[in-house]
Amino acid sequence: MRLEIKDLHVHYGKIEAIKGISVVVDEGEIVTLIGANGAGKTTTLKTVSGLRKVTSGSIIFNGQDITNVPAHERVDLGISQAPEGRGIFPGMTVLENLEMGKFHRKNRKAEMSDDLDKVYTLFPRLKERASQAGGTLSGGEQQMLAIGRALMSRPKVLLLDEPSMGLAPQMIANIFRIITEINKTGVTILLVEQNAQQALQRAHRAYILETGNVVKEAKASELLNDPAVREAYLGTGAHS
Amino acid sequence: MKIRNYWNLRDWGASVWESANRPKRVAIALTSIILVALLPFAGASFLATPIAAYDAVLVYPVGIFVLMALGLNIVVGKSGMLDLGYVAFFAIGAYTMAIMGTTTGLNTWEIMPFGIAFAMIAGVILGLPTLRLRGDYLAIVTLGFGEIVRLVVLNSSWSKGPNGIANIPMPPDIGPLKFKLDDQKVFFWVVVIMILLTIWMIRRLSVRRPGRAWEAIRQDEDAAELMGIATLKYKIWSFTLGAAVGGAAGVLYGSKNLFIAPEMFTLNVSILILACVVFGGIGNIWGVIVGATILGYLPDRIRFISDARLLVFGIVLVVVMNFRPDGLLPRKKREKAIVKKGANA
Repeated sequence: MRLEIKDLHVHYGKIEAIKGISVVVDEGEIVTLIGANGAGKTTTLKTVSGLRKVTSGSIIFNGQDITNVPAHERVDLGISQAPEGRGIFPGMTVLENLEMGKFHRKNRKAEMSDDLDKVYTLFPRLKERASQAGGTLSGGEQQMLAIGRALMSRPKVLLLDEPSMGLAPQMIANIFRIITEINKTGVTILLVEQNAQQALQRAHRAYILETGNVVKEAKASELLNDPAVREAYLGTGAHS
Repeated sequence: MKIRNYWNLRDWGASVWESANRPKRVAIALTSIILVALLPFAGASFLATPIAAYDAVLVYPVGIFVLMALGLNIVVGKSGMLDLGYVAFFAIGAYTMAIMGTTTGLNTWEIMPFGIAFAMIAGVILGLPTLRLRGDYLAIVTLGFGEIVRLVVLNSSWSKGPNGIANIPMPPDIGPLKFKLDDQKVFFWVVVIMILLTIWMIRRLSVRRPGRAWEAIRQDEDAAELMGIATLKYKIWSFTLGAAVGGAAGVLYGSKNLFIAPEMFTLNVSILILACVVFGGIGNIWGVIVGATILGYLPDRIRFISDARLLVFGIVLVVVMNFRPDGLLPRKKREKAIVKKGANA
């Protein structure tokens, strides 16, 4: 399993949002893309999951060129995304949301209870709220639900778009702990974050994006100690 | 809050239905169907419509409106796509009936599958390129499509242009049941049967995969795609099924009215049917039926006040939508779908 983004260009109308990004994610890794607003992090992720069209460049997954595979078929290949802003189904219950995550699995009936158990073990909170509408959950719970739902399709690689957005510090720490836990079960993770501190602590490798370009690629631990990165993304008195 | 509890017919109905066992449910359903089927005999009561014949009013507008509103509800209510050109499918059905009925020897029932098929084909042709659009854009394109269909029949020789097509044959008699112009009970029963079939179809689909896919698409289309739902395919299905119901309604209308002309298929009809859906309760089939019944029936019931009736009609719409913004019988609401804000980079 290897996800490779080669020289990716993406446009919104006439504006070029991604100007030739190349990213590699190897099996078992947590790779994070960090950068400021408008750097192209979310767009990159959406292009990998298929929600955005590629102008040029290619995306290779498992040795297969998936650049033109529609988003819903990429789920079958093993790419699953927890969308930004927790895109859960607000009018469905937690359980229904999780079931939707399995919509396209061939043997969904046989897998359902096993995978629900797995998600409930990771997020006991979701079990307590199983019959509550998704839209009535707190921000942190919605994020848990989005991640749990993405896991229901048994992904090989999980794409996470700003899981810390709008959450309380304690909840952020909790979510990141669980992300590491998920990674240990063998799921590769591509993580987009603005919270560079947390992301770099959890990730193996990182790419720094600036206005549509990769400006730096290194081991996460190196970046954590890089003075220039500390200055630009972590702040001098970085919170932990 | 208090008003809501007073008015909560939907939950009352749902609780009655859920607490009933199977024989009781069959009894409820059968009784309601029989009561509805007996409606044409109530012409002498307070229900009577002045000026227009009561049994004709029950067929059109009431019955056909209910049918079309149910079809439009598949598109607007179930999968959340705003279709402002629904009249196009109605027109396609009606013109199929008119042209095939006057040129071939086929009768209404034999033409019905053609009318439905042509409407569905039109649905696919319109849907394939346009259903990639969302929200307002889709509404504008469908609005344009509705006008295109009307303008094409208005300016074509095969449709006899603005003169319309006359002498459309009536449906053949079913055993002892005769279709007559001055007694339209049989027409009404046919409409009721078609409505029942549509309700049955919608209810079957709603609890199965298409229904869940539509629901997901309505609430968050991107998230639905990420769940592995082929959103475009399901949207086209929803659009096409809606078109099929509209086409069927059109065939029946042509055969009932015996004469059709382009001016019967204006944007007003699309808007009125959409009003039925919204007025009754978007997404809830029972609400939609109630809404279409009221909006179809009311203008004819108050026809004795002549020109003022449209004013009253408008006031009723405004007042009801003010007090019941989600319609008379709104869909079960846990949390309204949030409209997705523009993507960020």
